[in-house]
Amino acid sequence: MSQTSASTHSLSDLANPTRFLAVADRLVPWLAGAAAVLLAAGLLLAFRAPADYQQGITVRIMYIHVPFAWLAMLCYTLMAVAAVGTLVWRHPLADVALKTAAPVGAVFTALALVTGSIWGKPMWGTWWVWDARLTSVFILFIMYLGIVALTRALEDPGRAARAAAVMTLVGFVNIPIIKFSVDWWNTLHQPASVFRLGGPTIHPSLLWPLGVMALGFTVLFLTLHLMAMRNEIWRRRVAAMQRIEARRAERPEAVVP
Amino acid sequence: MGALFRRDLVLGLRAGGGALTGLLFFLAVIATIPFGVGPDLGLLARIGPAILWIGALLAGLLGLDRLFQADRDDGSLDLLILAEARHLLPLTVFVKCLAHWTASVLPLVIASPLLGLFMNMSPPSIVATALTLLVGTPAIAFIGAAGAAVAVALPRGGVLVSVLVLPLAIPVLIFGVSASYAATADPDPFLPPFLILAALTLFLGVVGPVAAALALRFAAD
Amino acid sequence: MRLHAENLSGERGGSAVFSGVGFSLGAGDALLVTGPNGAGKSTLLRVVAGLLPAAEGRVGLEGEDPETWPSVGAACHYLGHLNALQPALGLAENLLFWQRFLGASLLEVDAALAAVGLAGLGHLPCGALSTGQRRRAAIARLLVSRRPIWLLDEPTAGLDRAAETRFDAILARHRDDGGIVLAATHAPLGLAGAVELALPGAG
Repeated sequence: MSQTSASTHSLSDLANPTRFLAVADRLVPWLAGAAAVLLAAGLLLAFRAPADYQQGITVRIMYIHVPFAWLAMLCYTLMAVAAVGTLVWRHPLADVALKTAAPVGAVFTALALVTGSIWGKPMWGTWWVWDARLTSVFILFIMYLGIVALTRALEDPGRAARAAAVMTLVGFVNIPIIKFSVDWWNTLHQPASVFRLGGPTIHPSLLWPLGVMALGFTVLFLTLHLMAMRNEIWRRRVAAMQRIEARRAERPEAVVP
Repeated sequence: MGALFRRDLVLGLRAGGGALTGLLFFLAVIATIPFGVGPDLGLLARIGPAILWIGALLAGLLGLDRLFQADRDDGSLDLLILAEARHLLPLTVFVKCLAHWTASVLPLVIASPLLGLFMNMSPPSIVATALTLLVGTPAIAFIGAAGAAVAVALPRGGVLVSVLVLPLAIPVLIFGVSASYAATADPDPFLPPFLILAALTLFLGVVGPVAAALALRFAAD
Repeated sequence: MRLHAENLSGERGGSAVFSGVGFSLGAGDALLVTGPNGAGKSTLLRVVAGLLPAAEGRVGLEGEDPETWPSVGAACHYLGHLNALQPALGLAENLLFWQRFLGASLLEVDAALAAVGLAGLGHLPCGALSTGQRRRAAIARLLVSRRPIWLLDEPTAGLDRAAETRFDAILARHRDDGGIVLAATHAPLGLAGAVELALPGAG
């Protein structure tokens, strides 16, 4: 019994937006610095890495394209976790996390699409093909935008959060189905080459810079997300303060005896 | 009038406005087409301009029912009608249409070249389609204003607006699409259908707001 | 200027709600329209404004240059049940829009807000205000542009005692400046020397 009360206490401690703001204020500069160092190192490594004998210099776009695509999916997973947090535990920070992750995720997805089509133009001779992998990422992008529109459409943040959480979870269980159905539909994109049974097929000289870049972008994503959450908490405080100010404006007349 | 334009623009773009929704709907419509017709790039390039036009037409109709509804809900519509001696009511409607178009339809026109790439359209075809959309879509907003004004007094007028307006917008679609195709198909000249499209926009820019103003005056109760 | 109404009758949904109403109001006069629910108080105000066609009779202005006020509606401020404030816009933004749109500026937005006791709240979005504050903001709209005739439909709905007192002072000042007030209300308004027009209601 005491165990439960202690755990709820620590949970509510974490949930406290003021504490969160204090932690975020301390973390953000460090994370930003780490992201900058990692990305600089990653870029250096990427340009030192040997060029592909077939694809030439264009292969280097992989070092940013692949991390963007990973992050597009990581961000959605994070949003799904936050959605569970909103619906099941009603954690006050979960809906802030969900709401603010959506635009960041949409931007990373858009960057994955753009870098992909810049890569695809010399390789496939066209900016875009309706290939399975590309199509499912495009659908993911539309889902991100839909959630952004949903969180902006409702005035009351609590109701908007629950609606967005439900949509996010519906999308999350739908992603595998979309993925498979699109795979059956048509495919041209190369198969997964890093995470697969029997070890990566990609050469280690390319894998190292890719790993550093992926880590760098992940840290960058976390930095951006923390900053966005901080903004959202402040925005809600401003809205609350406006309501308080409107109420307080009535008081002096009542106080005068 | 400048004040009305600015207010409607701000309301459209600010949180809760319909600007983003229309763009998203456009994107979603275009994204589903290849699943229906198959990923054949040649076919997509051929039907691309038509698909972009139909998508823009549907997305443009989407937010139209809110054109006067929001003003009616908070009582502003009465005041807009009362101020008729100072601001001619058709002119007020015209300005509202322009603001609606700028906030919700112009983003579609700007996004259309990108979606043209998705449809594997050639650069001249993309430019021609974007140009015809730029010139033709205001006509949809103007003719839609008449539908929105008729439906403003109805409790669930949203779908009805689309049903009323869609047949009226068909000439715009015909000339828009034929001008887009004429830009790439060599023997057909681009200019005649394009000029007819521009003329349609100008014509509906007068007829639509006048009809809408008439309907609004009758709808006031 | 005089506001004349002769033998007015109004209908709602095809059936007459009042008939044979006439009045003549000069500068500084006030007309208090009373009557049970459904007697047609709101309809009468809307007919006077020209928002609804009169089933019979006419409303007109006299002794005024038609250049300044070409119609009765143009000379009217209409304060209906709804406040005509967009919740997504700020209070001052809303009022500034109406001032620009209606023209004939009278008070600055800040001064109008101060007159209804909302000084310093102009930056707040209307959605953050309480019902009474929104009603007062709608009253402030009457002050930002000049209109000689005020048509007020239940103007004090949602106002507290202090705000009602302040509103009475605003009405008195408007009448002193030669304005005309037509108010439909259940609550007693502080309209000294107002003519009362009791609509009989159905029956």
